[in-house]
Amino acid sequence: MFWGSRKTIDMNYFPDEVLEHVFDFITSHKDRNSVSLVCKSWYKIEKYSRQRVFLGNCYSISPERLIARFPGLKSLTLKGKPHFADFNLVPDDWGGFLYPWIKAMAKSRIGLEELRLKRMVVSDESLELLSESFPNFKSLVLVSCEGFTTDGLAAIAANCRFLRELDLQENEVEDHRGHWLSCFPESCTSLVSLNFACLKGEINLASLERLVARSPNLKSLRLNRAVPFDTLQRLLIRAPQLVDLGTGSYVHDPSSEAYNKLKAAIQNCNSIRSLSGFLEVAPCCMSAIYPICENLTFLNLSYAAGLQSNELTKLIHHCRKLQRLWILDCIGDKGLGVVASTCKELQELRVFPSDPFDAGNAAVTEEGLVLISAGCPKLNSLLYFCQQMTNAALITVAKNCTNFIRFRLCILDPIKPDPVTNQPLDEGFGAIVRSCKGLKRLSLSGLLTDQVFYYIGMYAKKLEMLSIAFAGNSDKGMLYVLNGCKKLRKLEIRDCPFGDTALLEDMGKYETMRSLWMSTCEVTLGACKVLAKKMPSLNVEIINGSEQTEFNLDDRQKVDKMYLYRTLVGHRKDAPEFVWLL
Amino acid sequence: MAFEKDFNLDATELRLGLPGTSEESEKQASTTLRISNKRAMTDMNEDSSVAADKKCDQETAPPTKAQVVGWPPIRSYRKNSLQTKKTEAETCGMYVKVSMDGAPYLRKIDLKMYKGYPELLKALEDMFKFKVGKYSEREGYNGSEFVPTYEDKDGDLMLVGDVPWGMFINSCKRLRIMKGSEARGLRCVV
Repeated sequence: MFWGSRKTIDMNYFPDEVLEHVFDFITSHKDRNSVSLVCKSWYKIEKYSRQRVFLGNCYSISPERLIARFPGLKSLTLKGKPHFADFNLVPDDWGGFLYPWIKAMAKSRIGLEELRLKRMVVSDESLELLSESFPNFKSLVLVSCEGFTTDGLAAIAANCRFLRELDLQENEVEDHRGHWLSCFPESCTSLVSLNFACLKGEINLASLERLVARSPNLKSLRLNRAVPFDTLQRLLIRAPQLVDLGTGSYVHDPSSEAYNKLKAAIQNCNSIRSLSGFLEVAPCCMSAIYPICENLTFLNLSYAAGLQSNELTKLIHHCRKLQRLWILDCIGDKGLGVVASTCKELQELRVFPSDPFDAGNAAVTEEGLVLISAGCPKLNSLLYFCQQMTNAALITVAKNCTNFIRFRLCILDPIKPDPVTNQPLDEGFGAIVRSCKGLKRLSLSGLLTDQVFYYIGMYAKKLEMLSIAFAGNSDKGMLYVLNGCKKLRKLEIRDCPFGDTALLEDMGKYETMRSLWMSTCEVTLGACKVLAKKMPSLNVEIINGSEQTEFNLDDRQKVDKMYLYRTLVGHRKDAPEFVWLL
Repeated sequence: MAFEKDFNLDATELRLGLPGTSEESEKQASTTLRISNKRAMTDMNEDSSVAADKKCDQETAPPTKAQVVGWPPIRSYRKNSLQTKKTEAETCGMYVKVSMDGAPYLRKIDLKMYKGYPELLKALEDMFKFKVGKYSEREGYNGSEFVPTYEDKDGDLMLVGDVPWGMFINSCKRLRIMKGSEARGLRCVV
């Protein structure tokens, strides 16, 4: 603190505007939260000047209380359903509804400009109300959301006069055959980012072309499958300033005039740093994009199922500056070797399964990962779906790459041991946590005993999120983690033999965390009730299959799914019948 | 060799409680225990016990692939998108003519029906009643009475089995089962 002793400088001498200006430089949510705790005066100034709020769990506070706390709110990030909802473990209608938030903000005349949502249920009604209530609304980002149709998008397009960003990532959107794109008025020229890759339906191509033509600030454009090759070519001619491009359908005859035109158009787009899409692809057309590959920092081919390993590697050869790569496992171990020898700047790698249910055909193994770790020392973020993994490989990876912040390994057969030694993968993951002192996120798979949790509790001191499936032998495993990982915020567990003892050992711990998910474990209803009773600051929710009613179960019954989270507002009012709030 | 991995998928079959180490059989035992607990509890109510039984049956039935809910952990959006691509590919069909030296008429097969070379060769063997020898990169199908070949996009006559399966089905225009004696010239020169 540079204020000096109290005798020399009186903090109240500084007008609020000065402090506010200083606070403007503090952008991290954590830091701003700390600032508000310093004293009443700082709390007040911070409160009124706070514009961006992040809520990792939309049920931790009510819309009304949030608005009262931060009346100057302009940008809101909300996350709804628990992470495992992405994998169908949470029934529909569980919750995470956007509407109450829009309604409350509209009522209080909040000057909302930006809304970022993840795993929320977004109705058309809420999108319509949103578009009508906030005249300065600029940015809508929806990730893994559902509940809306193209009608809701039409309202956003039509009514948000200053819209800069409409970014739809991996949402389930019902297509109503409307012309939502045509709803952008001719006067709308402010678009900077437009991503509709996840939409399944047809698009009015002429409207799209006109929209792009009148958006001089457009930097990011991601198309869906319905946008054909020749439209892509015309769009690129109109928008050579693009920085981020997601192609739609990329299928054409390489000997045609349209193909040559595209080649020329792409060569003109020398600002493109990020490339994705290829939702439908003719491999023979890929050479057209080689000229822009040398400047790419992000390449996402994880939906380009039409590209085989040799085409992928030919492409990768040109991408020397790549920092982030998302790819399908058909690249193979050898292909990953090419990545390792070409992409020396690589920081993030995600290898997705091209055939998730046919584990026998998975094309990458521990070999690919070892090659990557040897060639890409800057690697700090990994998501790797593979057929098998060995302890030796993980130990080598840990030696080569000590900078991992995120390490997510998914062996397609969830309890597969090390195929060479037939041992569990405890030692391998142990090496990772020991070596990567900055590890914040970890997902485990393969055959694992309590020992791996011993290592995690001992070494993963910065760990914030841990995902466990089909692992461990006893309550000791879970206890190692709860006791050792001081920074733990999110813990999600499925199909592990952790029970009441582990759950109830340190109930106060859950107040330091955002949430805990346990499904198909050994936790009983009685223990959940005890926890709920002792900890009023936690919501303990039990999610049941529809055939069970409260009267049939007694306390000794094991619960199917338990989700608990800290909250300031007690039980939520919108829980469906199959969710019991203890 | 590209397609030999297709054999013996058992070792990597996705299911709960693989046989093998004691931990796994313990897990299997505990899973079974859990299921019987459920049964006892719901006996009181007729209707729900029927439903519970059905659920339990699903859990104890020998799991085929994709039986484990929510595994592998990929977003539904991505999973659905892959499925769509697969079904689309499936409905298209990729029919090619198959001729055999000495046979009176040709046949047609859908290449999309097969997952890899072993299945294709087996199907051809069954259809034309012949046996093909073992494939090796050096020797081709040396020693066989008949050798499977195909005409690719460029019109060249190629030996079946050299390239990865995916590449093969995309470039194969028609198949020809050649007499072994004629096929000698196709052996690749190393």
